[in-house]
Amino acid sequence: MSRKVHVQTQINGENVEFLCEPRQSMLEVLRNELDLTGAKEGCNNGNCGACTIIVEGRPVNSCCMLGVEAEGKEIQTIEGVATPEGLHPLQQKFLEHAALQCGICTPGFIMNAKVLLETNPNPTEEEVRFWLAGNLCRCTGYDKIIRAVLDTTETTGVSTNG
Amino acid sequence: MAIVAIPSLMRDLTQGKAEVVIQGSTLRELVENIEAQFPGVKDRLCHEDANGVRISPYIGVYVDGALVEKGMRSPIGDSSEVHFLPAISGGSES
Amino acid sequence: MADGNGYKVVGTRPIRHDGVDKVTGRAKYGADLNFPDMLFGKILRSPHAHAKIVSIDVSRALAHPGVKDIVTSKDLPILSENILAEDKVFYKGHAIVGLAAVDVHTAEEALSLIDIEYEVLPAVTDVAKAIREDSVVLHQSLTTNTLGEKTGKPTNISSHVRHQNGDVEAGFAEADVVVERTFTTQTVHQGYIEPITATAKYNPDGELTVWTSTQGAFNVRQQVAGILDCPASKVRVVPLEIGGGFGGKTTVYVAPVAALLAMRTGQIVKVTMTRDEVFEGTGPAPATLIRLKMGATKDGRITAADTDLFYEGGAYPGSAVGAGANCMFAAYKIPNLMIDGFDVVVNKPSSHAYRAPGAPNSSFAAECVIDEICQKLDLDPLEFRMINGAKEGDRNPIGPRHGKIGYLETVEAAQTHDHYQVEVGNGKLRGRGVASGYWGNGAGRSSVNLTVNQDGTIMLLEGSTDIGGTRASIAMQAAEVLGIAAEDVRPAVVDTNSIGETGVTGGSRTTHATGLVAIRAAESVIEQMKEKLADHWEVNLNQVDFADGTFLNSDNQISFKEAARICSPVVGSVTESTTGAGGAFGTHVVDVEVDEDTGKVEVLRYTAVQDVGTAIHPSYAEGQIQGGAVQGIGWALSEEYVYDQKGQMVNASFLDYRMPTSYDTPMVDTVMVEVPNPGHPFGVRGVGEVPLVPPLAAIANAVSRAIGVRMTHLPMNPGSVLKALNKI
Repeated sequence: MSRKVHVQTQINGENVEFLCEPRQSMLEVLRNELDLTGAKEGCNNGNCGACTIIVEGRPVNSCCMLGVEAEGKEIQTIEGVATPEGLHPLQQKFLEHAALQCGICTPGFIMNAKVLLETNPNPTEEEVRFWLAGNLCRCTGYDKIIRAVLDTTETTGVSTNG
Repeated sequence: MAIVAIPSLMRDLTQGKAEVVIQGSTLRELVENIEAQFPGVKDRLCHEDANGVRISPYIGVYVDGALVEKGMRSPIGDSSEVHFLPAISGGSES
Repeated sequence: MADGNGYKVVGTRPIRHDGVDKVTGRAKYGADLNFPDMLFGKILRSPHAHAKIVSIDVSRALAHPGVKDIVTSKDLPILSENILAEDKVFYKGHAIVGLAAVDVHTAEEALSLIDIEYEVLPAVTDVAKAIREDSVVLHQSLTTNTLGEKTGKPTNISSHVRHQNGDVEAGFAEADVVVERTFTTQTVHQGYIEPITATAKYNPDGELTVWTSTQGAFNVRQQVAGILDCPASKVRVVPLEIGGGFGGKTTVYVAPVAALLAMRTGQIVKVTMTRDEVFEGTGPAPATLIRLKMGATKDGRITAADTDLFYEGGAYPGSAVGAGANCMFAAYKIPNLMIDGFDVVVNKPSSHAYRAPGAPNSSFAAECVIDEICQKLDLDPLEFRMINGAKEGDRNPIGPRHGKIGYLETVEAAQTHDHYQVEVGNGKLRGRGVASGYWGNGAGRSSVNLTVNQDGTIMLLEGSTDIGGTRASIAMQAAEVLGIAAEDVRPAVVDTNSIGETGVTGGSRTTHATGLVAIRAAESVIEQMKEKLADHWEVNLNQVDFADGTFLNSDNQISFKEAARICSPVVGSVTESTTGAGGAFGTHVVDVEVDEDTGKVEVLRYTAVQDVGTAIHPSYAEGQIQGGAVQGIGWALSEEYVYDQKGQMVNASFLDYRMPTSYDTPMVDTVMVEVPNPGHPFGVRGVGEVPLVPPLAAIANAVSRAIGVRMTHLPMNPGSVLKALNKI
């Protein structure tokens, strides 16, 4: 075992400090040290996207990021997406469209789709499919997920074909 | 009398007959009556464990198109059609 | 739809009850529980496809700081070779040693300190080779079981099934066209995103708790109690949320090891597989070799079919060849038939259930040969299916007669669908394929407990784990009977101490069987409330009626909610071994475009028609169909276990085992035909498995028609398409 490192970071708007070994991934830190288990481990090598978090506004596979890399960064996880006022529009649309079956991939999809809509509020179906291609879903066949994301763009006041 | 379809690989015991007409109001009666007429059939269809002689777990019994659920006590109708098929393995619970 | 059927809740699309937890990351899945002082388990697996274990030395690993305990098969009270191998390993990835350490990294380090001496044996990983007389034999004690009769000779063929009717030679003589082909499919995995995991706690009084994600908590209890030789009453299995299963989570892999380590260390132990362990150490669907000869007359009537099915059981017997045989021709009337099915062991992981186990493989062969016959006869493939398709009272060619079924309705719906009406081609290599498929569906044991709260809402406890929205579909059925809103029934999946025995969420049985039991429990609630209201109103029981959510007699009329306060306490509890599952059919239409330079197949449009009986929650029924179709796209075009010469899987990652992504797939149009199943009060048929049966052939038929070459091997990846085009 190697010595633990002290890391200061910001997660979901709160200042957070933790100790971690240099070899621990951010996913491991979130799940095992901070008990934020919304990010899931599906592959641990960046292929499935179930562990997607947002770091400095960009979607990141947290299994491929080291915990120590969180130092000084601004991080969002699925646990910080809903507010006391209610669900994020994406979360609401996923429910309305039945865009989840088992739900294990859902946090990753929502985090990645959230960045998509923040960077491109007006994506086409092709753009949504391309952006989300790093997130695997084995249950839905993607149809309802894509519809949920496209429908979110409409409800946030932007047409899908701009 | 029920119509019993004899599995292809057992027809050596039934002089090649693919279908036999047998009396029996339960599956157990039916199996005993087939055995009386065609010795050896019971041995292939059934196995014996701590609970007695029962249909082998590798065989599914269909009466009038439906898989039976009451084991050897499953009722057989007067003109029922009975099939012994390989049980569905591979995790599908029936 | 709800209105049309006269239902108030059935056929509507409420938000699922467990939805908010799942979109906010709060739902706890199998690996999401953490405890202070929890140990992490890891499993050492065989690097060889076939070997004798000469010796195991764990002393260096045990001395490694942070390692708490190590177990082998000798420590299992009851030997279970696929949990921990005894003296031989039969596939790469076969579990041999389990250990527990303070963290996962220490556990991984310790694995490399275990010294195992192997005597490597030749391996056979191909069913075609394994059935040859000169093949390596895996199990010297294995002989062919032919319906109870054993040959007594060591072989890799563990069982032989046969279905025979009519006279196939006479049938072929009568045919105007006969097509014979040999098909192969490769090993594929269920591909659930959540790896296998289990966490175990053992108390000194002998109470064992296992938290896991499973399709069947009672199956886990039975298997863990069996392997650890302890009474079921001492084992509590808590089913956490499950991240996909598709049949793959109907058995145990790591749970007995976690439990054994917890017993010995006294600490809580969590064992979670990595993704490569999931590929190499769990049960995938079998690779198959299928020969099929089929004949038909000029006017499109099938006269005979003769087929040999070879299914890989993997390391141990038990492939789904029986189901493959049962389902293969279920859609058709075939007067002369011969099916020989063989279960064959090879040095691969022990095969296990994957969505309609066995049926996609055999149907791939049947539906492709039918398509070729249609081409030879210049007949429309859907019209051919109308001519030969089965309806109520016709026999499945293997024997039993069909009850009420909706096969022809699916074909008609496909024929009239806009997709089938428009042309596919525009000069490029494009083709359209169709195929049908059948799954028998299951019923069986289910238990539901309904507690009526004083405000008229309901707590619904069930034993069926919820993989794809069954909390909602079961709660809706109870709500329909009680005349209340779906949202007023709060469903919960509970542990094995808290509900009656319940079979797995598998066999497409849950919405049918657990739903049926929920209906019975709701009816019990109504009866009890009628009795109490009779007392309350001081009338005879037969003067109290219940209709449209209202209890009434000649003088009184109150809603279910008002009655709940008067009648408290009321609990309706039903456990039953249900029957009446109705078999179901689907017919799929797919358009593809083939890139003649790269060999890549693009799926342009996909329409899946299915008889769902009655859709309880149409969105989740559609979702099952869409998900099955896309798994089928993967099986057809890109997924396979790739083995090297030594029997090593070389693509055990999601990067190299290519499951479809959102960018590989089109929208999947669904058409739900509703031919109610008489075996269920609302007409439910199982929905989940049928949609994986047609896609393999539908896509193969589309590719074959696009390139003018008959495709008989899966997956149809760019390499195999280029080969078919004679480009490589």
